[in-house]
Amino acid sequence: MRENDTRENDVILQTVSKIAVFIILTFGMYLFLSGHHNPGGGFIGGLTLASAVILLYITFDLETVNKGIPIDFKMVAAAGVLLSTLSGLGALLFGANFLSQSFAYFDLPLLGETELTTVVLFESGVALGVVGVVVTILINISEDV
Amino acid sequence: METLITLLVGVLVSTATYLLLSKNLIRIVLGTAILSHAVHLLLMTMGGLKGGSVPILDDGTETYTDALPQALILTAIVIGFAVTAFFLVLVYRTYQSVGTDNLNEMRGSKDE
Amino acid sequence: MNNILVFPMVIPIIAGVSLLFFRSYPSIQRWSSFISLLVVFFISIGSLEAIRRNGIMRLDFGGWAPPYGITFVGDSFAMLLVSTASLVSALCVLYAAFAGDKKREGAFQYPFMLLLVAGVNGAFLTGDLFNLFVCFEIMLLASYGLMTLGGEKKQLTEGIKYVLINILSSWFFLLGIAYIYGTLGTLNLAQLSQRIAEAGQPPMLTTISILFLVVFSLKAGLVLYFWLPGSYSVLPTAISALFAALLTKVGVYALIRTFTLLFYHEPGITHTIIGWMALITLVGGSIGVIAFVDIRKVAAYNVVVAIGFILVGLAANNEIGIQGSIYYLVHDIVIKALIFLLIGTIIYLTGIYRLDRMSGLITNYPLLGWIFLLAALSLGGVPPFSGFVGKLMVGQGSITAGQYFLAFAAFASSLFVLYSVIRIFLNMFWGQPMVGKLKQVHLPFGMMVPLIFLAVITTALGFGMNALTPYVADASNVLMNPEIYIEGALENE
Repeated sequence: MRENDTRENDVILQTVSKIAVFIILTFGMYLFLSGHHNPGGGFIGGLTLASAVILLYITFDLETVNKGIPIDFKMVAAAGVLLSTLSGLGALLFGANFLSQSFAYFDLPLLGETELTTVVLFESGVALGVVGVVVTILINISEDV
Repeated sequence: METLITLLVGVLVSTATYLLLSKNLIRIVLGTAILSHAVHLLLMTMGGLKGGSVPILDDGTETYTDALPQALILTAIVIGFAVTAFFLVLVYRTYQSVGTDNLNEMRGSKDE
Repeated sequence: MNNILVFPMVIPIIAGVSLLFFRSYPSIQRWSSFISLLVVFFISIGSLEAIRRNGIMRLDFGGWAPPYGITFVGDSFAMLLVSTASLVSALCVLYAAFAGDKKREGAFQYPFMLLLVAGVNGAFLTGDLFNLFVCFEIMLLASYGLMTLGGEKKQLTEGIKYVLINILSSWFFLLGIAYIYGTLGTLNLAQLSQRIAEAGQPPMLTTISILFLVVFSLKAGLVLYFWLPGSYSVLPTAISALFAALLTKVGVYALIRTFTLLFYHEPGITHTIIGWMALITLVGGSIGVIAFVDIRKVAAYNVVVAIGFILVGLAANNEIGIQGSIYYLVHDIVIKALIFLLIGTIIYLTGIYRLDRMSGLITNYPLLGWIFLLAALSLGGVPPFSGFVGKLMVGQGSITAGQYFLAFAAFASSLFVLYSVIRIFLNMFWGQPMVGKLKQVHLPFGMMVPLIFLAVITTALGFGMNALTPYVADASNVLMNPEIYIEGALENE
């Protein structure tokens, strides 16, 4: 789509987004991790991460980005849903209800006492699912415009 | 405040109805999007607007807002997003293969 | 705690999602989806027996006790439908596997089918109004995908209507949920039932119940069936059979559930309206089945008539009528899948979908012909096939309730249905063969297997109705006595 009008000048967009993508990705991770005790979580974290990818697609064209990130986002979505469901089923192994979660405190090197929980697995599944679905939909709409 | 939001819901619903009744497919898609947002607002209003602090356990807060409508709205927004996106793709593909986005011109089959 | 309840929804989801990774291996796709649905069937049969012995099962997701958490409540009614739906969808998948539509298989046909079943099973099992909405949406999103898979022009234009009408009905559903949450402050079905009973269903709640009636009627095709024949007749065979067997039935399930568990205090208003709607559906559907010569349209209008028939039992609002509805619902899931598969097979073999353009098929395909006759008789409710008991009990319930007119309309509609399918049989299968033995299209035996299975099931259900009786009795007992459901769904272990 973009090779037809190479004359367009979007130096500013490209320069800014090269930096902005990393800021967005970091912010997305922050939202994702802070979801444990504060507003945030897998869904909005995933949306933010997806917006970084979409910014890349807007700035550069589909082919360039696909070369750089050779991932089929449908598969990302599938892996996410699978991870979430399986993490819910994992509770069954311990005789608990479906989707039960637990947490414990561990003494990790460098980090000190840290709370680790199984919700992270579920939430990362949600995040992956959101990233996959959102990017897939947008690629689908824009593929042959 | 609740009255104001309810009025807003009414305005959104009438806008959406107007859009849905048009012949143009893109307007219909926009109509469904606005319609779903109207009902999200209604869900929020029905649960009661701000009555306390953020529904996260914290020291020093007595009352919390009802978290359930928010959870419902979040789910409904996700579903609405997926449906709208699908509908948009569907409309676009139809436009490509039929060659028109006017519903009147689309009823072409002889047994209708 | 009964984790087994979650499997009818989770197994299809896991199987469907994992199949996305095996896009280029059609045989893995076919067989793993068939086997996973079969596993769901056996699990649900096991839980059905457990429910009959030990009463209603409940699962609180994540250990959050009701009414706060998400719950799945399995009573006999829900589980009976889950097991029938799983078995029938497994057979539809089997048909699709042998029909082998390469283009659609590559476009994730099986994952969509599995997600559809997951949504349907979830809708049957959920104990929460909002989850019912979510499961409806999972089912509908999968059905949108299946509806437009392949992307033929006719499919796309019908798909737009189908999607639009469902978006609107989902909107009304959310509206109803918002109103009911605003008035009663809960969405758990059991707690809603308690609170409505305490309030004695004032006019406000009756109005909301009418809103739900409209929503579920749109999904079920009760009166508001105008979208149904068009969209069902553009689908490929296996998918149309799946739609005809499951989608409208979920709407019927929701109608029966809400109007026996929640809004049963004003039957003079709500159930009378349901009765009138059933009557209109019966009349409209009966006109449809005899008016069309397109056999796909005839089959689609047969779905409509059956919906009207099942709801005659709900309108009667007595134990025997509800029992008849349950029997008929189970029978209808099986027989609609069979009829749609048969019609699809005829079109596959001849390429003709007008019943006056073909004759003498029975000389070419004798087995297909006899199965069609059997299906036609079963559909018309002729004893000893499975439709008979349901029809009998619905009629009995209707007469007990004093709704003679409705009972008459229900039986008259059966005659129209029987006439419509026998007309297809006489026109297409009987008479002078039009295709020579040598020129006839080869019918793979694999495609016949699901048809034979479904025919055996409908015959076995007819002869062995007694085996089903304890489960149906338990189901109708729970439906007629909401306090059993409430106790099962709310009491803490």
